[in-house]
Amino acid sequence: MVKIGVLALQGAVREHFQQLNMLGCDAVAVKTVEDLKGIHGLILPGGESTTMRKLLDRYCLLEPIQMLEKQGLPMFGTCAGLILLAKEVVGYDEPHLGVMDVLVERNSFGRQIDSFEVKLPIPEIGGDIPAVFIRAPHIVKVGENVEVLALHEDRIVLARDRHLLGCSFHPELTEDVRILQYFVNMVHESTKTSLAKLHTI
Amino acid sequence: MIQLGTERVKRGMAEMQKGGVIMDVINAEQAKIAEAAGAVAVMALERVPSDIRKAGGVARMADPRIVEEVLNAVTIPVMAKARIGHIVEARVLESMGVDYIDESEVLTPADEEFHLLKSDYTVPFVCGCRDLGEAARRIGEGASMLRTKGEPGTGNIVEAVRHIRKVNAQVRRVVGMSTDELMTEAKNLGAPFELLLEIKKLGRLPVVNFAAGGVATPADAALMMELGADGVFVGSGIFKSENPEKFARAIVEATTHYKDYKLIAEISKELGTPMKGIEISSLAASERMQERGW
Repeated sequence: MVKIGVLALQGAVREHFQQLNMLGCDAVAVKTVEDLKGIHGLILPGGESTTMRKLLDRYCLLEPIQMLEKQGLPMFGTCAGLILLAKEVVGYDEPHLGVMDVLVERNSFGRQIDSFEVKLPIPEIGGDIPAVFIRAPHIVKVGENVEVLALHEDRIVLARDRHLLGCSFHPELTEDVRILQYFVNMVHESTKTSLAKLHTI
Repeated sequence: MIQLGTERVKRGMAEMQKGGVIMDVINAEQAKIAEAAGAVAVMALERVPSDIRKAGGVARMADPRIVEEVLNAVTIPVMAKARIGHIVEARVLESMGVDYIDESEVLTPADEEFHLLKSDYTVPFVCGCRDLGEAARRIGEGASMLRTKGEPGTGNIVEAVRHIRKVNAQVRRVVGMSTDELMTEAKNLGAPFELLLEIKKLGRLPVVNFAAGGVATPADAALMMELGADGVFVGSGIFKSENPEKFARAIVEATTHYKDYKLIAEISKELGTPMKGIEISSLAASERMQERGW
């Protein structure tokens, strides 16, 4: 059984746990460096990216997560999680983890009253995928090796950069597990191909 | 087809705040301090609850200029308070693009009989509760988030403890009941029957429930988390303390790591004086904000 960590500093942690359990994965809460040991994948949930960043710094989690990324650990960021993964964030001099080759803009669909849900066709994954956008960011541009998986109103809202998956919206707030299944498949692929089965920090 | 303001979008916003601290602020400067300390949202007010107590008179929605100033100062969500049942204050705040409205007993109620029909709005609402009946009625009206009331502006945690314990004990009771007992429980609580069915099915409230009203120290915030709150509102506790920056940071950390007692000891060292508290029994019934609303 694959073991997937969910960064549990703040935000929609419970929802990711539920979906992981539905898919038969072992879910662990990551609050400290210790919790990163032995995981096969990491989910960065929705929440407030500024708050999560401060807590990542305070608990010295930034570098260990970056190291795991270098070793090819699959990571999936939703909403604030995407902002944490991005190499560049509009209006910020420095990124957070800065690992995924995308430029992200925060709150780019407006404030909470502009938040919405919509059904998206995602060719790689399936049709009519419910997507909940809450004060959502979007991907302004992607590096050359990044695969754009979904668009909404001509904006990139789901993309994959090698072992990194990032989306603007919240699949975890719906009952539809297809996007998470796609990520879990990435984790399975990585545990098969990776020489170092257990990532070290 | 895009759908705005759905239940999922409104409740989901509160889900993103879980494990976090929402801080009362009265200007841009305080909002920035709160954001820098790691607050997940700020509540824009004209006065913090302890000053509302001191000032007396009628407490109303904040001057829109203050709300606007705070909206422009930070990138985290901004909440604001409307009086209970004050349709126009709520609509004004919604039109300004506030991210969440608190239909709050901290302000003087505009309607002593009816709360707002919150399902009518695109903006989500948070409401106070002291027990499951009150919580369920507010959800029934469309609240997307709850907070236990506590006793605002006192810096005394005792009422907040009472309310979070009560709500959670009543939720556990409903979850453990057999379905054929729920209609009678609905009658006794004054709660919509369908909501009790949902609570039983989920094993918890269908919306996020924060704690509020009396949090003054990092240990208070951690206590609320220990008792099952999804997060914490801190009103007067931060900017009425001796060192707001330190208090704000420490309360955020204690909320995240509420079971790490060594850490809480560490961050509580030399914080300076917390806000001066008020003994609840010294408050006259008319001064108890928690009695407002039903």
